[in-house]
Amino acid sequence: MNDLIASNKRRTFFLLTGFIVITVLVGMAVGVLIGNGATGTIIALVFSAVFAFGSYWKSDSVALTVSRAVPADPVEFRRLHNLVEGLCIASGLPKPRVFVIRDDAPNAFATGRNPKHAAIAVTTGLLEKMNRVELEGVVAHELSHIKNYDILVSTLAVTLVGTIALITDITIRMMWWNGGRVSRGNDRRDSTNPLAFVGIALLILAPILAKIMQAAVSRRRETLADVSACKMTRYPPGLISALEKLQADSTVTHSASMATAHMWIEQPMSGVNDAGRLGMWHKLFNTHPPLAERIALLREI
Amino acid sequence: MNILVVVVVVAAVLLALVLLFNSLVGRRNEVDNAWSQIDVQLKRRLDLIPNLVETVKGYAAHEKATLDAVIQARNSAIGATSSPNAQAAADSAVTGALRQLFALSEAYPDLKANQGFVSLQEELSNTESRIAYARQFYGDAVLSYNTAIQKFPASLVASSFKFTQREYFEAEAAARTTPEVKF
Repeated sequence: MNDLIASNKRRTFFLLTGFIVITVLVGMAVGVLIGNGATGTIIALVFSAVFAFGSYWKSDSVALTVSRAVPADPVEFRRLHNLVEGLCIASGLPKPRVFVIRDDAPNAFATGRNPKHAAIAVTTGLLEKMNRVELEGVVAHELSHIKNYDILVSTLAVTLVGTIALITDITIRMMWWNGGRVSRGNDRRDSTNPLAFVGIALLILAPILAKIMQAAVSRRRETLADVSACKMTRYPPGLISALEKLQADSTVTHSASMATAHMWIEQPMSGVNDAGRLGMWHKLFNTHPPLAERIALLREI
Repeated sequence: MNILVVVVVVAAVLLALVLLFNSLVGRRNEVDNAWSQIDVQLKRRLDLIPNLVETVKGYAAHEKATLDAVIQARNSAIGATSSPNAQAAADSAVTGALRQLFALSEAYPDLKANQGFVSLQEELSNTESRIAYARQFYGDAVLSYNTAIQKFPASLVASSFKFTQREYFEAEAAARTTPEVKF
């Protein structure tokens, strides 16, 4: 289990590095096209970072309000509170705030910028449909997100996506305003500079590539949370059984939206899972690995 | 120029030593903290026992032997602060006595229906889970610390500053066999 976790963390690091490389390439492309690559990239990075980290700082309250979560009453939801407290002892985490969402679809999410300011939310559907060991597996998965600082990782990814989107957008607009001229500093130059075409192609593709990479990072962290959860509970069959129940259940989570899709334990959007076979295109943009794949991995532990 | 290089190298080595030492201290303190967490949960269990005994007495006062065994075990567990081994033995005696008490309660349907008894039973079962989790966490902390002091180059720092290996929590031989419940 420990080497699975280590390799997962390595892959996240490489993905994020690749992300940064793409950002730099985009910056260079901008440099070729409008002669202002470095400044443009830095400005875009700063804007994007401010927005992303601002929302990261407030991620817990935003996510909870959007999902209409209410604090879980300690008497009514005693079983849930006891489970969370027990797992916090096992993992050495401080106890996060516990919320409940009145929704029939079984699902759960975790949020918060660090373990001290964290919160987890579960739906009433999940509490009804899962037994004790399955609920334990799901809560352990969510606590693992908190422990592995996944909110921070996904904020980094979102920052980079935002940066790339901003740069490419502004650059393409500036090129239109320039009347198609390339590299302002060289007015006399022919605009058939071959690098220009590469630059333009990169600008158009970059946002899509960035989205794909963000989804890849998200999938990596979901797998990491699955494995960490098994390490926390020392009981993989619990989470396996929970995931199998989620696979069989087809209720749509109403309190979710595309914006919050990445935080839940399972894709809240229906229609993406046609009879278990995902189209190649959809596969690239999934924030979660397919349930069958997750279950297969956990069985191997 | 040469002196500058030497100074930089020495400074780098010293910095590395300091960082290694500090990380070992951090891990050792985590192990100590994890051990005291187990104690917290064990004490919580002991605190629940007097209420439990009173509730059972209300329905099964003539089962003196079992009730006395529980009280006896609890008192010796509270008093056994001499060594970790003595404490562990006292705690497993408490576990055994509690097991007998709950087995006994199967014969008294009125007792089982009592709300107070049911919630005490839940609290105790909850505490047993927490003890298990706390022991698991202690094991993880010991693993992390032992590995850290064995790895090179931290092992050099560890041996010079007397960082010793910690022991894992061992379940006694009795705990490994399936318990027998006699009605």
